[in-house]
Amino acid sequence: MNCSEITNQYYRVNRLPHIWCAGCGHGTLTNTVVRAIDKLKLNKDEVVIVSGIGCSSRAPGYLDFNTLHTTHGRALAFATGIKLANPKLHVIVIMGDGDSSAIGGNHLIHAARRNIDITTIVFNNNIYGMTGGQFSPTTPYGDLATTAAYGNIDKPFDLCSLAQGAGATYVGRATAYHALLMQKLIEKGIQNKGFSFIEGLSLCPTYYGRKNKKGNPFKMHSFFKEYCIDKKLVDKDPEKGINKILIGEFYNNPQPEYIESYQVIIDMLQG
Amino acid sequence: MADEKLLLQNIPWCKGCGVCVGFCPTKVLKIKNGKCVIANSDKCIFCGQCELRCPDNAIYIGGKK
Repeated sequence: MNCSEITNQYYRVNRLPHIWCAGCGHGTLTNTVVRAIDKLKLNKDEVVIVSGIGCSSRAPGYLDFNTLHTTHGRALAFATGIKLANPKLHVIVIMGDGDSSAIGGNHLIHAARRNIDITTIVFNNNIYGMTGGQFSPTTPYGDLATTAAYGNIDKPFDLCSLAQGAGATYVGRATAYHALLMQKLIEKGIQNKGFSFIEGLSLCPTYYGRKNKKGNPFKMHSFFKEYCIDKKLVDKDPEKGINKILIGEFYNNPQPEYIESYQVIIDMLQG
Repeated sequence: MADEKLLLQNIPWCKGCGVCVGFCPTKVLKIKNGKCVIANSDKCIFCGQCELRCPDNAIYIGGKK
């Protein structure tokens, strides 16, 4: 196949090109997931990628691992079952912003609270892309969407703070532009024994970009370049963080993991 | 050695979004008839920006590394 070695190794190349629009950030973010798995040299047969419904959730269909495309918002519930049935597997969940925080909001907070060893990656494009550009829980205040013709009056979720507050033990954020940072965060997330939450800011040139006059995909990438700043820099000088989007590693605090705690009880009762 | 590397494309996968064209530091690429084409392959410095940013895996650096 006429593609790079890494694409040939980890993608179902007969399924490509993918369904995403020209310039969609999901393709770039999916590549970061693949590169992170390649860097960690994980056995393909021991990796499971689970997704729900939405643009982002098309990703596992193109990836050559054990993959599962589940119902809307319930990817984490299926993933919890997989992890409990076979704790050796590396379970990675790819969800969208609406899938993770609206339809599957309760699954997200409770999976985080349990601290089960699952790596959750959210492709956040600020909108429901697949269904026609309705506003999602992460559409910024005042921005336009199909169902917010005069501007969105809801306040957006800060997904990383939500996950951290709910009990995730590894939390980070990067963007489709900051692909190498995203790759590094996913690597550390997979290595973390517990619930890891990584938010990848994506771009939707078709709906969010067009509705809000954000320009072409290159301009939307450049927006991330200009307006994102690493949390470490803001910690040193808080003034740098004004009107910026924070990226980088936010929280890394390993705690007792759910499967291990569960095994302790099984061992205790079996004497 | 740079001359052992090659900038390669899988044109049927390209959707002509122009991200690689925008990020190419030496202006090797351009959009023609809705697809990305390698216009000045001599200028390529194999920085890998296009491969890193292409959402469609349609451009990559091949050859000997």
